[in-house]
Amino acid sequence: MSSTNNYILGVYDDEDEVLHAVSEVKSKGIKIEEVYTPFPIHGLDTALGHPRTRLPIAAFMFGCLGLVCAQALINYTMVFDWPMIIGGKDFFALPDWIPITFEGTVLFTAFGLVTTFCISNDLYPGKKPEILDIRITDDRFVMAINVDKNKKSAADIKKALKDSGAVEVNVK
Amino acid sequence: MSHVVSPIREKLVTGGKSYHDVTHDICKQVEGEPTKEWKWAFGISCIIFAYGAYCLFYTWWQGIGVWGLNKTVGWAWDITNFVWWVGIGHAGTLISAVLLLFRQKWRTSINRSAEAMTIFAVLCAASFILAHMGRPWLAHWALPLPNTFGSLWVNFNSPLVWDVFAISTYLSVSLLFWYMGLVPDLATIRDRATTKASKFWYGLFSLGWTGSAKTWARYEYMSLILAGISTPLVLSVHTIVSMDFATSVIPGWHTTIFPPYFVAGAIFSGFAMVQTLLLITRVVFKLEDYITIEHIEMMNIVITITGSIVGIAYLTEFFIAWYSGVEYESYAFINRATGPYWWAYWMMMTCNVISPQLFWAKSIRTNLMVSFFLSIVVNVGMWFERFVIIVTSLHRDYIPSSWAMFSPTRYDIGDYIFSFGLFFTLFFLFAKFLPVVNMAEVKAVMKGVSTNYPAKKAKASTKTDE
Repeated sequence: MSSTNNYILGVYDDEDEVLHAVSEVKSKGIKIEEVYTPFPIHGLDTALGHPRTRLPIAAFMFGCLGLVCAQALINYTMVFDWPMIIGGKDFFALPDWIPITFEGTVLFTAFGLVTTFCISNDLYPGKKPEILDIRITDDRFVMAINVDKNKKSAADIKKALKDSGAVEVNVK
Repeated sequence: MSHVVSPIREKLVTGGKSYHDVTHDICKQVEGEPTKEWKWAFGISCIIFAYGAYCLFYTWWQGIGVWGLNKTVGWAWDITNFVWWVGIGHAGTLISAVLLLFRQKWRTSINRSAEAMTIFAVLCAASFILAHMGRPWLAHWALPLPNTFGSLWVNFNSPLVWDVFAISTYLSVSLLFWYMGLVPDLATIRDRATTKASKFWYGLFSLGWTGSAKTWARYEYMSLILAGISTPLVLSVHTIVSMDFATSVIPGWHTTIFPPYFVAGAIFSGFAMVQTLLLITRVVFKLEDYITIEHIEMMNIVITITGSIVGIAYLTEFFIAWYSGVEYESYAFINRATGPYWWAYWMMMTCNVISPQLFWAKSIRTNLMVSFFLSIVVNVGMWFERFVIIVTSLHRDYIPSSWAMFSPTRYDIGDYIFSFGLFFTLFFLFAKFLPVVNMAEVKAVMKGVSTNYPAKKAKASTKTDE
C-alpha cells in the first residue's frame, strides 16, 4: 500500500469490538479495505464479505496428484521396468503399496497446500511487509479504509470509526 | 469470535495477562541476552553432543562391528533407540494436529515446543537408521533412484522401504507444519526487533506477514487441512515402524496387535517427554502463567490413558501367545518374563503399566515433582519395552546352540549419548531463538480461558457471544 495519506486506520483493542465495528461501519455505507489482527478472529472474513477460500480444493487436487505420482512410480518400477517375484506375489501387489501411496498423497498435499497458500497471499522469504501499524502483530486490531475508494468524506469515516469503538483513529 | 467457555473450567492463562503481556513474556527470552542457566545447559549439551559425535564418527569409520551385536542378536540398541525416538516424536503431532481437530484449547500453550521436540526426536531417530546401515554414505540406495545396477529398484513391498518413506514424509510435513505455525510469531518478533541482525533474520523468515483478515482466514483453513492430513500421517508412521517387526516371522514380533499397540506406546512416551521438557522450560523461562497446573494435569491424563492401553496390549500379547498354541510364540513370552532378561521385562512392566496408574489420584497428577519424576520413569520404561521386544525375541532363536546374550559396548552407549546431545543442543537453540509458546494461538483463545480479563472486554464478549 502506498503512503499517500489515503488510509484512515481505526485502531481497536478487542477482537469482539472490531468484529462488531465491521458490520457497524459497513452499515453506514463505508467500504472497508481490510482488517489486520494479531490472531485469527472467526467470522471476520465473512463479516468483511471475503469469499470463502478455495484452498481445500487445491489441497484435494495436490492429494490426487500425489496419489497418482506414487502409483505411477511404483507401477513403473515394480511391474514394467524390472519385475521381480517377491514372496510369490503378483508383480502388481497393490495392498503392499498402500503405505507408500498414502505417504505420497500426504507429502504432495502438504507441500502443494503451503505453496499455494504462500502464492495466494503473496508471502515469500525476505518480503518487505507493508506495515500500517507496528502493533498489529502485538495487541491492536486495525481497520483500514481507503478514502479514495469511498464516497464519504474523511471526517465522516473518522466519526464512524470513533462511534464504533475505535480507541484511536490515525491517517496513513 | 470468542467461544463461550464454561465458568467451572480451570483457567489456562493465569496472572491476568493482557495480549501485550503475552507478547512481552514470550519474546523476552528471544530478545534478551542468554541467561546464565541457558549458557550452562547449552554448554553441557554441546559437550555431550561432541562426545557422542566422536562415538558416532568412530562407528561410521570402523563399521558396526564396534557395537555389541552378534550372529544371533543382529538388532539391539540401534533399533531400540530408533523406535524410542520416533515414538517420542509422536506427541508433538498429536498435540498440534489431533488436539486441534478436537478443539482442545489447552494445546495452544504447549504445541510449539512439542512440535519442535517432534522434529528433533525424528532427527535423532534418523541418526540411528543411518548408523545401522553400516555404510551411511550409501543411504541413498534406500531411495528409488535410477542407478547403474541395471536399474534395479528398491522393493516397494518391503516394510523397511515403507519406513523410509514414512519417516521422511513425517519429518518434512512436521517441519512444514511447525514453520507455518511460527510465521505469525516471527512477524511479531520482527516488528519488535531493535537490532539489525534480528530485523534481517526474523524479517527473512516471517515471509512479509501482515496479519490481514483474508490471510488469517486462509491460514486457518491451511492449518486445519495440515492437521487433518497429519493425524493419519502420525498414526501411519508408527504403524509402519511396528510393521518392520510384525511382518516378519520371528516369535514375539509376528503379532497383529502391533500397530495400535505401538501407536499408543508412542503417544505415551512422547507425552512423557513433553512433560519432562515443559516442566523445566516453564520454570527456566518463567512461563508458569501459560503452562499451568491444568496443562500438566491434562498431559498426565493422556499419559494414564495411553499407559493403560499399553498395559492391556502387554497382557493381550501374553494371553494370545498361550492361546494360539504355538509353542515358539509361548516360549518367546515366557522367556521374556522369566528368562535371563527378566529384569528388563519387569522394568518395563513396572514403569509402563504400574507407574502411570498413580495419576488416578488428583494429588499426584497435579504434583510437579512427582510428575517430573514419573515422566522420566515412563520413558525409561518405554526404552525397555523396545529393548524387550527386540533383544529378548532375538537372543534365543530356534536352535539352542546359537542362543546368545547381548551386551552393549562403549560405542552402543556413545551413539545413544549422541542422540541426547543432538536433541538437547537443538532444543536449547530453539528455546533461545524462537518463541517457545505460540503467541497468536494463545491470544486467540484467551477470552474465556484467562483469569482476570478486563471487565470492559468481558462485557463486549457477552454481547457478541452466540
